[in-house]
Amino acid sequence: MKFSGTVFKYGNDVNTDVIFPGRYLKVWEPTEMAKYAMEDIDKEFAKKVKRGDILVAGKYFGCGSSREQAATCLKAAGISVVIAEGFARIFYRNAINLGLAIMACPGITAIANAGDRLEVEPTTGEVKNLTSGKTAKAKVLPPFILDILNDGGLIPHLKKS
Amino acid sequence: MGKTMAEKILARAAGVRSVSPGDLLDVIPDVAMSHENAGLVSKSFKEIGVSKLFDPDRIVIIFDHRVPAESEKTAEGHKTVREFVKKYKIKNFFDINTGICHQVLPEQGFCRPGEVIVGTDSHTTTHGAFGVFSTGIGATEMAAVWATGKLWMMVPETIKVVTEGKFSPGVFSKDLILHLIGLLRADGADYKAIEFFGDAIDEMSIASRMVVTNLSMEMGAKAAMIPPDQKTFDFVKTVSGKPFQAVLPDSDAKYCRTVDLDLNLLAPQIACPHAVDNVKTVKELAGTPIQQALLGSCTNGRVEDLEEGVKQLAGRKVHPEVRMLVIPASWKVYRQALDKGLIAAFIDAGAVVLNPGCGPCLGAHQGLLAPGERCISSTNRNFQGRMGSTQAEIYLASPATVAASAVAGKIALPEVRS
Ligand code: SF4
Repeated sequence: MKFSGTVFKYGNDVNTDVIFPGRYLKVWEPTEMAKYAMEDIDKEFAKKVKRGDILVAGKYFGCGSSREQAATCLKAAGISVVIAEGFARIFYRNAINLGLAIMACPGITAIANAGDRLEVEPTTGEVKNLTSGKTAKAKVLPPFILDILNDGGLIPHLKKS
Repeated sequence: MGKTMAEKILARAAGVRSVSPGDLLDVIPDVAMSHENAGLVSKSFKEIGVSKLFDPDRIVIIFDHRVPAESEKTAEGHKTVREFVKKYKIKNFFDINTGICHQVLPEQGFCRPGEVIVGTDSHTTTHGAFGVFSTGIGATEMAAVWATGKLWMMVPETIKVVTEGKFSPGVFSKDLILHLIGLLRADGADYKAIEFFGDAIDEMSIASRMVVTNLSMEMGAKAAMIPPDQKTFDFVKTVSGKPFQAVLPDSDAKYCRTVDLDLNLLAPQIACPHAVDNVKTVKELAGTPIQQALLGSCTNGRVEDLEEGVKQLAGRKVHPEVRMLVIPASWKVYRQALDKGLIAAFIDAGAVVLNPGCGPCLGAHQGLLAPGERCISSTNRNFQGRMGSTQAEIYLASPATVAASAVAGKIALPEVRS
């Protein structure tokens, strides 16, 4: 798996309430959920995002509630990988278990800007900004997590085993 | 080498002799709790394709987030879960007439020292008040727990918090934990466990301890624990007939950080918009006009919280330009509050008493905010848009500060009243 796409960039401490606001928690269909993704922080996100695009953020992305809809809506919106300076624990787990690739990459916010094209290789952690030529190194995911991601999430992973 | 509570409890739950931070374990939780999101869990569970639950008796489902159903969609969700519960014979199901999951779980005897609880709610850390390793997980991984009985977990490092001194009048466990969040910041305990020590913790009621462990989530904590003592055992024995094996930390346990808090100097605290770690003293904010005051939630909706609220209101009225909402954390709490005359006192003072549940805490229904409005709340999150409009502001404080502010019509220090 290798990801390449256009960057959507946000700051530090982006919480699950703005990624997927509580008022929509009764919505269950991922494609409908995607329409509300990031609504409280970026009204344009859901309209502009295309399949394969990459979300870049600062530290502690996904803090707040345990709602996995925050990961589901991003995946359904087309995001291929979330790369941030760091993540909140439950969001990190949810993303992996739902098959949304997620990588911690110290220094990512310094080398990527909104609209840049980014290429990411999860097995080596190599991140390349195709627009500026700058590079960064993300933390490599442990093999058993890569397995879950490769299978498309925890449910397909369990079905397989 | 000595071990922390997290290390000892997780080792037992994984069936291994000894673990260290960073170890990956397959943990077998004793209790697996969900609320309305059990609907989502059951959907994923069906996708896994196994025919039965690993152990229906470990599963607890409590409706609290939108009770009674505020929309047709929620009603459908509730219905799906009720049907699932029947089909799979889940006996620990609590419908809309019980209360908030984090209050109902201990009330019904599911919090036993030394055990592991996982819950599809981030504030599942609350149950660490009973010496439980209790942590929040997502709905999909809960489906895996329902199907397989286990879950992968990393052993966390532990932060030791030691309190010294005593609370001044008007200062409560809510002020202690808000102050700590301000110090450690929102990600100060991310991926970590916390253990709390000190005379003030020992002297605290069970309800006050739950405030501390509940809000520890707002520093990112994976689990927050208070070593169990006689008070814990007495409580647990009154609600649970099951035997348990309490776990205490070793005296030479290794902590990644120790934080000392001097309570003698602590003044009432308030978390300002739009982050829980944006903590100031109430004094600094005093005079800021408010339109709503909310007393309730899994953080501060217990009898002692309602009592503090009534103390502030006694002989006075809620300010005419303020809507005060009171939500007991459970129907048991509601019943006790009725017997103690607290509900009558709230009504007489002009407050609106709602049915137990999460209410507006997560912005689903029952008292949302309009653009430009300010609410002071005894809940645990003040994120932008959490309680209605993204243009509204939420301030978090103790029940006493909330009630004092409701009377004043503006943020105000609690009065010392007996
Ligand atoms: S009261 Fe608020 S914080 Fe507590 S469980 Fe309900 S929504 Fe979550």
